[in-house]
Parts: sequence; C-alpha cells; structure tokens
Amino acid sequence: MARSTCVYVTYIRTTPEKLWSALTDPKFTEQYWFGMRSESPWKAGSPWKLVTGAGEVLDSGEIVESDPPRRLVIRWQNQWNPELKAEGVSLCTMELEPHGTAVKLTVTHSIERDGSKFIVSVSGGWPKVISNLKSLLETGSVVLQDYERKH
Amino acid sequence: MAKHPDTDLLFKALADPSRRKLLDLLHAHDGRTLTELCNHLDMTRQAVTQHLELLEAANLVATLRRGREKLHFLNPVPLQEIYERWIAKFEKPRLKALSELKERLEKTDS
Repeated sequence: MARSTCVYVTYIRTTPEKLWSALTDPKFTEQYWFGMRSESPWKAGSPWKLVTGAGEVLDSGEIVESDPPRRLVIRWQNQWNPELKAEGVSLCTMELEPHGTAVKLTVTHSIERDGSKFIVSVSGGWPKVISNLKSLLETGSVVLQDYERKH
Repeated sequence: MAKHPDTDLLFKALADPSRRKLLDLLHAHDGRTLTELCNHLDMTRQAVTQHLELLEAANLVATLRRGREKLHFLNPVPLQEIYERWIAKFEKPRLKALSELKERLEKTDS
C-alpha cells in the first residue's frame, strides 16, 4: 500500500463500455472534468496528459495498464504547481466492475510519500469529477459547472 | 448482489454517532486497520466490525488489502452526492452570502 492513498467508489447506472468511453474520450471528459481533456492513445507505455481548453498541460504521465473496459492505470504527475510537481509521480488506478444494472467504479490514487500535498490536492477534485461523471451518464447533464475551491 | 447502495441506507449509516465517529477517524487518518479503529472507540471489536460493515454497504467506507491486513478508507463520493442533492440545491444566494459573512466575522474573532 503506498504511503499516501485515497480511494473513491461510486456506482453508475451505465455499461462498462460507456463508462470506459467516458473516461478515455477527451470530448467526453471535457463535459464532466471542468473543461479538461484527458488525452492518450490509451495503450500501455503511451503518454497521457490532462489539458485545459486553452491547451495548458495540468498533469501528465503515461499509461501503465489499459484493459478495456475493466482497468486503467496511469502514472500521473502534476505539472502546473512546482511544489506538487516536486513530489514526483503518483499512480492512479480506475477499475470498472459490472454490478447488476450499474457499474462500480473504483478510483485509487496514491503516491510513495507520507503526508502528500498532491494527494490532498486531488482528493478535493475527485469527488466532484466523479459526481459530475455519474450525473452526466445517468441524466445527461452535470451537477457542478465550476470547480469551487473551499480554501 | 445486484442492488447498489441506496439513499435510505446512506442516511441510516450516518444516523449513528459511533459510525460518524468512525468516519471522522478515517478522515483524520485514512487507510486504518480494524485494530487501529478499535483503539479509538470504547466498544467491542465485534461492534466496530458491524458498524464498518454497514458503512461499507452504504459505500461510505472502501476497503483494500495490504498482505493479510484489510485497510479501511473513507469514500467521500456519497457525501458529495448528498451535498449536491440535499444541501447545495436548497442554498439560495442570500443564505450563502449570510453564511460567508458569518464565517468572515468568526475568523476575525478568533
């Protein structure tokens, strides 16, 4: 178990294929990920990046594992904040499991250091992104339009 | 089991003070074993286990294995969903401005 880890679980009324598509199609991620495009060829070893509408790379890394529509593992490093970037590379695992008429999505994000500020930072975003994703797939619209920081 | 966690179960999970204490403990320090959690609560190991099982059924707690140990993690996603469904949509802009003013005043007091 990595020294700083956060875990998110949600059940979405959709199919694993649709959820995989939502996670890996930049035109789709743009809708629920506060305007950000998650871009990659999505094959093990290929590069990955999270880009704003203006083309700025916020985070980047590479695909470790890609097993559609079951499992996606990304080596993920922040690029825009020097303090977070200095913490190095984190690992983000997304697991999709069929669960009756729904799909159970488990996102595990971890980094090998204690008290990681990077993990604190992503832990503010993940619940909102996942909540938007669920809402978009189930109802056709997102809940939150703007990412509001509490502090 | 085909049914996924429902809203009633979620509120039932939150209704118990010991279960809320467990969530607070995990929020303070995530990824805890059953033993670590029992050390912070004045109840039997079995009682803690039952509370954790209910929290897991309500999707408020997720577990991952580390060797032979089972680590418990707070899953904040359902709490975000309750916030959106039951709090945010009821907030009118005026109420929000009032609570922000309250926050600012309390900060300057302390």
